Amino acid sequence: MFKWLDPYAKPQTLFNLLGRWQRVLMPLGWLLLAIGTVWGLGFTPPDYQQGDSYRIIHIHVPAAIWSMGAYSSMAIAAFIALVWQIKVAQWAIGAMAPIGAVFTAIALWTGAAWGEPMWGTWWVWDARLTSELILLFLYLGVIALQNAFSEQATGDKAAAVLALVGVVNLPIIHYSVEWWNTLHQGATITKFAKPSIDPSMLWPLLICIVALGVLFGALVCQRLRTSILRHEQHRPWVRQWAQEQA
Amino acid sequence: MGSVYLQTLRRDFRLMTRQKSDWLNPLMFFLIVLTLFPLGIGAKPNLLREIAPGIIWIAALLSVLLGSERLFRQDYKDGVLEQLVAARAPLFPYVLAKISASWCASGLPLLLMSPLMALLLGLDSKAYWAMVGTLIIGTPLLSLLSALGAALTLSAEKGGILLALVILPLYIPLLIFASAAVEQAGFGLGYSAQLAVLGAMLCVALAGVPFAVQHALKLNVG
Repeated sequence: MFKWLDPYAKPQTLFNLLGRWQRVLMPLGWLLLAIGTVWGLGFTPPDYQQGDSYRIIHIHVPAAIWSMGAYSSMAIAAFIALVWQIKVAQWAIGAMAPIGAVFTAIALWTGAAWGEPMWGTWWVWDARLTSELILLFLYLGVIALQNAFSEQATGDKAAAVLALVGVVNLPIIHYSVEWWNTLHQGATITKFAKPSIDPSMLWPLLICIVALGVLFGALVCQRLRTSILRHEQHRPWVRQWAQEQA
Repeated sequence: MGSVYLQTLRRDFRLMTRQKSDWLNPLMFFLIVLTLFPLGIGAKPNLLREIAPGIIWIAALLSVLLGSERLFRQDYKDGVLEQLVAARAPLFPYVLAKISASWCASGLPLLLMSPLMALLLGLDSKAYWAMVGTLIIGTPLLSLLSALGAALTLSAEKGGILLALVILPLYIPLLIFASAAVEQAGFGLGYSAQLAVLGAMLCVALAGVPFAVQHALKLNVG
């Protein structure tokens, strides 16, 4: 069924494919992001309640969505790496983890900057905030584990196991944190009734979400290509490729 | 299968009787951490009673984590693990025996020390029994998860702190439900729901973690 995928497990074929994807995705991602942010920050009407400060949503929400999207793609790569023993899938985990961690950090930071004027505080132990913070810890754990071994191959495999364990744990953590929060505090400042968003605000937001997703893909292509080159540096095809570049 | 399990268990118990510091030190660490909290916060009985569940469980997490670092290290260094993998012996009973032994060395003493904790932090009898319940269900879960961390970081250069970084986030659900159960009991409310959730988590971990540990050991040795 997946026979047509087999050639792409070969690093060289995948390297070339990723190069083609990257050439399309990278400019497309930046273009969409420019359109989305300029539209969102400059040309949407201010919110009736939050004024202009709601505009951070155009960065905050895409980053938060793709921080989770990146973790899921990492877990899928980990699954492929462990079940079919495909090396490039292991390398993909290393390519995705730092990007996902940065998305998580952006989501947390913009969330704090948004919370300060709206909720009057940089940080509350709200369920969503807490699970995003824990997601950041999970990312950092994967990155730390991957770089902790003198043999890179061991680190790659260990990170795959941890990513998969983490994805099993993530829903458990999410719901336990949600439950923990509702036990401890009722409707106080964190009560955040989501207004149904006006179309004039929705479109730039959607564009930003798509843009960050495309950019994530492009960055993964780039990082995975670098990773393939590093792992395969002793192979003839890499030498040949390097000579062609020079 | 049964014989590998029993032999490993017997050997681990023998090692425990000969190297007492391996399992005594984490327990002392646990007691010292418990002592530090009242010293840092102030000896206010009401406040202490209120935060006791959290303190006890955080101290328990850390002490089990501290003890588990050595779980597979000796077998890795002297080549036992390599022989097991090379002989294609089933690793599963070995892993189970290791985890059982580590629970006997770290979880069981915590359970035995629980009256002392209740005295130190002024828990009443209802909260005490809730804590015993969460310790019975929660400490095996702690041992399972920390065994996974120990196996993953086995051949890493900076084992100790890395183990904490990798495993502590996975402890969070356990911490939440266990301390919530004790807290609920302190208020005189029922806590069977929390115990049931802890039990469910233990079942899932028991089914999945030994396989992950097995895999992690193989990739560190092979």
